[in-house]
Amino acid sequence: MRLKLVPQSTSFDFFSRWKLWLGISALMMVVGMASFAYQGLNFGIDFRGGTTVRTESAQPVDVAAYRAAMAPLGLGDISITEVFDPTFEDDENVAMIRIQAQEGAESVTAQVVNDVQTALQALDPEIKFPSVESVGPKVSGELVQTAVLAVALAIGAVLVYIWLRFEWQFALGAVAALVHDVVLTIGIFSELQIKFDLAIIAALLTIVGYSLNDTVVVFDRVRENLRKYKKKDLKEVLNVSINETLSRTVMTSVTTLLALISLYVLGGDVIRGFVFAMIWGVIVGTYSSVFVASAILLYLGVKRDWSKPSNTAGSQYADIDA
Amino acid sequence: MLQIDTWKRVLIWLVCVTGLLMALPNAFYTRVEQSNDAIAEIELKGETPERLVLAENWPGWMPSSLVNLGLDLRGGAHLLAEVKVRDVYASRMEAMWPEIRDVLRPERATIGTVRLQQSPADEIRVRISQPEGMSRAIEVVRELARPIQSLTGAGSTDIEVSGQGDVLTVRLSEAEKLASDDRTVRQALEIIRRRIDEVGTREPTIQRQGADRILIQVPGIGSASELKEIIGTTAQLTFNPVVSRGTDANAIAGVGNEIIPSIGEDSVYYTIESAPVVTGEELVDAQPSFDQNGRPAVSFRFNTSGARKFGDYTRDNIGSPFAIVLDDEVISAPVIQSHIPGGSGIITGSFTVEESTNLAVLLRAGALPAGLEFLEERTIGPELGQDSIDAGKIATVVAFVAVLVFMALSYGLFGIFANIALIINVGLIFGLLSTIGATLTLPGIAGIVLTVGMAVDANVLIFERIREELKTAKGPARAIELGYEKALSAILDANITTFITAVILFAMGSGPVRGFAITLGLGILTSVFTAIFVTRLMIVIWFERRRPKMIEV
Repeated sequence: MRLKLVPQSTSFDFFSRWKLWLGISALMMVVGMASFAYQGLNFGIDFRGGTTVRTESAQPVDVAAYRAAMAPLGLGDISITEVFDPTFEDDENVAMIRIQAQEGAESVTAQVVNDVQTALQALDPEIKFPSVESVGPKVSGELVQTAVLAVALAIGAVLVYIWLRFEWQFALGAVAALVHDVVLTIGIFSELQIKFDLAIIAALLTIVGYSLNDTVVVFDRVRENLRKYKKKDLKEVLNVSINETLSRTVMTSVTTLLALISLYVLGGDVIRGFVFAMIWGVIVGTYSSVFVASAILLYLGVKRDWSKPSNTAGSQYADIDA
Repeated sequence: MLQIDTWKRVLIWLVCVTGLLMALPNAFYTRVEQSNDAIAEIELKGETPERLVLAENWPGWMPSSLVNLGLDLRGGAHLLAEVKVRDVYASRMEAMWPEIRDVLRPERATIGTVRLQQSPADEIRVRISQPEGMSRAIEVVRELARPIQSLTGAGSTDIEVSGQGDVLTVRLSEAEKLASDDRTVRQALEIIRRRIDEVGTREPTIQRQGADRILIQVPGIGSASELKEIIGTTAQLTFNPVVSRGTDANAIAGVGNEIIPSIGEDSVYYTIESAPVVTGEELVDAQPSFDQNGRPAVSFRFNTSGARKFGDYTRDNIGSPFAIVLDDEVISAPVIQSHIPGGSGIITGSFTVEESTNLAVLLRAGALPAGLEFLEERTIGPELGQDSIDAGKIATVVAFVAVLVFMALSYGLFGIFANIALIINVGLIFGLLSTIGATLTLPGIAGIVLTVGMAVDANVLIFERIREELKTAKGPARAIELGYEKALSAILDANITTFITAVILFAMGSGPVRGFAITLGLGILTSVFTAIFVTRLMIVIWFERRRPKMIEV
């Protein structure tokens, strides 16, 4: 008895309402961008400078008391969040304290960290500081630049590669799907105000990679079927291709999600944001390879030279594969 | 039909076995680590019975390289420092003043008297009393210029001399500044390395980043501030003539002098000549010791040129105070009692034993050529690292089992083949990571988990394709062959695009991002290898033995 998530052969019509789906995707992107423009991302210290202190104590975390203890230090904006995690022991009470970059200080001030630790130790002598991280504003500015550059470069490189291997319409479709995935990921991070740090950039780029992976598999089949069914119109070819690869798409997404979800639940709070981004990316990436990438391909149309009598049938694709 | 040459079979198994062997030490991490440490200690400090026992814990003929654990997994401190390269310009110009004065003096007839003017730190301005002699003054000062010894600066000299009215200006040329910046950062890097080595922590990472930054990562150290104490002090030791001693920090110092505080005495300030007589660069040794009253002190010895300068100065200035200055603070300013020709001496001050030991270490390692500014610092406690490892381990095992079960349920026997390949795949990743000495970080573990998910993809593509080919009823052997053939282009395209992003991540990223990129990139390589070669080999071997008339995938 085999486990079959998708029946042997399917014939769903993915493109009966393709314009609607494109519209929904566009709308979601607009919502994502609006959220980003309206409330912005909850940048971690990697991107805006400052200090984070992780505290751990047998005593329960009292956010108000922590805040009161640090108030006399005059450190400006301080955010304190208690961290809950299923992997923690009963007497493990963890909080993250974030202190904004201090006015006029280009580098990191050891004094601030010292003061904070002394103040908290006065409150709770048993408190420990498992990690203290500080990033100066100079570096954080550069990190933002590099991050944006890395994402742009990755998308550009992929555009060129797909253009070389397929056709420009395919490349545009794939890149539209990528942009869609990246925008939606940034959108959800801004909507839910999840901390956005350097590791999330790594996750974003993985999403770029994963989404492509999916899109390329579908496109590969489209390329093959375009050669096989020369008479069918593009919409039908796309539908057949997606149905044929559907079983694989679901299998791969499910296995990857299985791995990611176990990491999300059991991997500890340090990488939870990172894993969340990837889970989201896998879902959005699978969706976009059908409803964005392929739909754009349908919209742009593919040059099918063999329909003209003057050309030798299939010569163009034979060239590409050579 | 389904055939693989014998040499290819041997090669594939050989790669797998080698990879797994290289990965094996990681399964016994603590044991191998202790053994490696003991072997290193035996080489350095000689054999002791305990070390021998530890060393023999892991057989010497087995591979023993381990995956390095990143700071987030092991705990330790991370610092990103910027070298203040401009500091050096000022001391360079200060050191030039005596030379300029000495060449201008004999020309007194044409240029009149010379006087040092206030100026920005990176240039020297000299006023001459007879402006008509300016061209002659420029000429003689230019003779002090030296050609630059660097590739980019070839053909230019280190200083630019210009005159306007009665003021002669000497400044460092742009080419010299560039060359000097590079030298400064390299020196700083070397000195930081020496200081950290003196303290003796294990496997520190000390790297240059960009033009003027240095990245320092030391596993196992308690906190970033502890690390900063070791490397953050410039330890610039100089011996300067004392002009006067007072209690006003804002007194007028006079051109070429400066006012600096005293370490031992509160609100006492010394006015000293900025140009030092001798500097710590000319020290050959420094040791913690005690003075005649039994208080902690540091004894030092100069090299020949330092000893000569020190000797000459003490001979000519008996009776005047001589300041020992460390990082712009006067340690002490004893009065020269007699000519000291031997070039060795002792620094006394109110040290504790620990301070004198530290100071000796710093002086021995050499002074940092310029100050450091810390742009980023991170401390990760060892418990947090251990927690992360534990959580990562559990998550990886669960992810692994979930994927294995799911594959076996979906594809039956073929799924089990894929599972064996998947296990080999993870083994290969660890083998590669240990061989190239890469560092495993928390995002790196996530990268491996993701690879586990994605490695399955290649197999899924192939198996789905075989299913499709079976429908057209060409017989099992043909179906398997066609399945591999036709799935190949999708597998390659999909993995190459992901690989491109991994490469970009590696090139652009730092720290955690890089760790992730390495495992992702290696994971793609090994998963393509295992999917295309290893599972195929297993299927072929199975097929040859059974010769099934029908297969179900």
